[in-house]
Amino acid sequence: MEEKQEKKRIGVYICHCGGNISDYVDVEQLRDIVSNEKNVVISKNVMFACADSNQKEMIKDIQEEQLDGIVVASCSPKLHLHTFRNVAERAGLNPYNYVQVNVREQCSWAHSDHPDQASYKAAGLIRAGIKRVSHSEALENIQIKAHKSVVIIGAGVSGMRASIDLARMGNQVFLIEKEANAGGQIAGKGKLFPTEQTGKMVVDTLMDQIRRLPNITLFTEARVAKVTGSIGNFKVDIVIQKAQDETISLQAGSILVTTGYETYTPKEGEFGFQTSPRVITLDVFDRMIRECEGKLVYDKKQVSSVAFIYCVGMRQSKGDNKYCSRTCCTSTIHSSLVMHEKFPRIRALHLYRDIRTYGKQEMLYEKSSKAGDIYLMFQEQHPPHVESSGDQMKITVKDHLTGKQELDVKVDLVVLVTGMVPRTDSNQVAELLKIPVGSDKFYNEIHPKLRPVETVINGVFLGGSCQGPKNISESVQSSLSAAAKINAIIRKETIELEPIIARIDAEKCTWCGKCQEVCEYDAIFQVETNGKLVAAVNEAVCKGCGICTPVCPYDAIDLIQYTNQEIEGMIDGFAQDVELKAREREEGAAHEEGGVMMKDFPQLWRSIMDVLDEGPKTIPQIALKLSQPAELITWHMMTMNKYFIVEPAGIDENDEYYRYQLKNKA
Amino acid sequence: METKRSPRILVFSTEKISDPGIDQAGLRKIHYSPSVYVISLPCSSGIKPRWVLHALKKGFDGIFIAADGHECSFSPHCAELTNNIIVECQRRMKEENFNPKRIRMAALCSVCAEPFASHMANFSKILAELES
Repeated sequence: MEEKQEKKRIGVYICHCGGNISDYVDVEQLRDIVSNEKNVVISKNVMFACADSNQKEMIKDIQEEQLDGIVVASCSPKLHLHTFRNVAERAGLNPYNYVQVNVREQCSWAHSDHPDQASYKAAGLIRAGIKRVSHSEALENIQIKAHKSVVIIGAGVSGMRASIDLARMGNQVFLIEKEANAGGQIAGKGKLFPTEQTGKMVVDTLMDQIRRLPNITLFTEARVAKVTGSIGNFKVDIVIQKAQDETISLQAGSILVTTGYETYTPKEGEFGFQTSPRVITLDVFDRMIRECEGKLVYDKKQVSSVAFIYCVGMRQSKGDNKYCSRTCCTSTIHSSLVMHEKFPRIRALHLYRDIRTYGKQEMLYEKSSKAGDIYLMFQEQHPPHVESSGDQMKITVKDHLTGKQELDVKVDLVVLVTGMVPRTDSNQVAELLKIPVGSDKFYNEIHPKLRPVETVINGVFLGGSCQGPKNISESVQSSLSAAAKINAIIRKETIELEPIIARIDAEKCTWCGKCQEVCEYDAIFQVETNGKLVAAVNEAVCKGCGICTPVCPYDAIDLIQYTNQEIEGMIDGFAQDVELKAREREEGAAHEEGGVMMKDFPQLWRSIMDVLDEGPKTIPQIALKLSQPAELITWHMMTMNKYFIVEPAGIDENDEYYRYQLKNKA
Repeated sequence: METKRSPRILVFSTEKISDPGIDQAGLRKIHYSPSVYVISLPCSSGIKPRWVLHALKKGFDGIFIAADGHECSFSPHCAELTNNIIVECQRRMKEENFNPKRIRMAALCSVCAEPFASHMANFSKILAELES
């Protein structure tokens, strides 16, 4: 790999985090040790590195001291990596010449039981950060042109709703539906909780809005045949089923997958399904309620009692579907109530494993219980047994809540409550888009809590129940969230990508193809350089996972920002020994800079409070008023803020400094 | 200043999966040995065996790989690929006279705070036994 020029002027900022770090780690001693490190020209302690005043101070340092690398030892990079990258950028330093060292979550807090060893470890962590920044390289984000158009795969309620918002935000939307009509599973549903609109009414409302938006094109009886390209510039080939299939190529900046779910079909004989005459699924039962008038009739016989068996095909400890389908308890209880409303005096028996009517859906459960529905709990290892008994069905069930007593119940109809399963064609779509599939066979997002609608493929998003069981509102929420994210990406028609990608050393590479074999994204291809076949990386497609790097027999691949120099430099930093003096912990000991004693704090705080009594003030205003250095006032204000004595009160009129006010003055 | 420390462990964690779990251990003040150092990477299948050897030569007593396993958002084959790396590391470790028990792998998720601390305690114990 190319040897990079070592940094010569490094600035290191070690944060107190208002005591979160400095209560356990001897930050002052570390500052002195670090100041003697090679190429470190600034080593400072800061009360709160992320504070506005410190950010300004860092910008000043970077510019005045011509720093070529900065290290901030503070909290987890997950919190402030981008804060300090922005600081570097504002100061004219390349943001990739900044390294954040986690001395809070992975040091002061984790080792608060051993403060001296925490200080020792922090020294290693900071030295590793210095070594890393020494070898860091200035990088430019990759700029990519983006089409202001979106392909949405699946015109169910999620896809339809997202298409409307994306179109209203000025994007061209191509909505692809496999079936002859849009609407998906919802189109065939009856009354829905809590609005009591039918599925058809919901779909018609959405369809009406779609018709009014000229920038939505709906393709029905269409399937995606091929996807190429990457974020900003996908090419999606769709085949429209006609007498003679027609292929159309669509250009899109982003793709939203809203392919939905299928309902579990019970196996033959499962609770008597298909082997006993009067066993049906919930979907069929819902249709019966809609279609029957006057009395509920199944197979020419009036139904006066129904037993619902829950969790059919779901929550299987030994089967494929280990998950809970979330929506079926509510659907069943709602169906039971709709049945009571339309056909009074039908008895309903609910054989359940657990009732999961979360949120406001719990009201349905209460209403059903009050309507006289009987609930019996069974356990997975003792499922109800269903058999024919004359023109009725006999169910034998061990009631778990009454001492596992075995009960025989006769009903006219058995309804199997089946949940959501991934679509049978979901793997095909996953393969086309290269999106990961989870162990439950639904599509996987990057992170269920922090990045819930993004996939690892840049520019491909998930919405609705293709990701896992969701009710209609949850499905729409996720697809609208994806729509907002998509719009934020493509609206500028230019996309910036982090330049963390694999890089090939063409001199070392002999093209053995091993890197290409392990790359899931086809990001590695063969090129001829100086008469020699070598590997090359497609920058727009590479995900920066680094999986190709260890498989190279010649060590010819490095992941940018994780090069051998950087990682081994960090290891050297950790391994370096450090002599630390035992920390003085005398109460009232002199604070170093500023010479302010602990006993002086209350007086200064009182003076600050007197100034703030006049109204909100910025730190420079308070410093001026009290004739004290702004750095000292910052220090105290941050501590007062931590102890809820003062609080921020908005930014000043120049958009420069935060104002603070007394907490009880708010 | 105390100089005797528990075994030094280098952990290779991953930014999106195990790192939040390790951070959470700190956040919840679930303590583990202060001789544990963490390097965070995008994916556990991107660890180069030369880094492992480098760490052992620099005085680390053990290497712990917090594997992404089936949760990996980059590759469905991540568990297998990370395992291949361990096998290769152990081969090289034997060549360089390092006990192959000095490298260990376990899948850790983004909320695995307690499991992380417990893995560190167990691994420290194993490494301490290797010394005795």
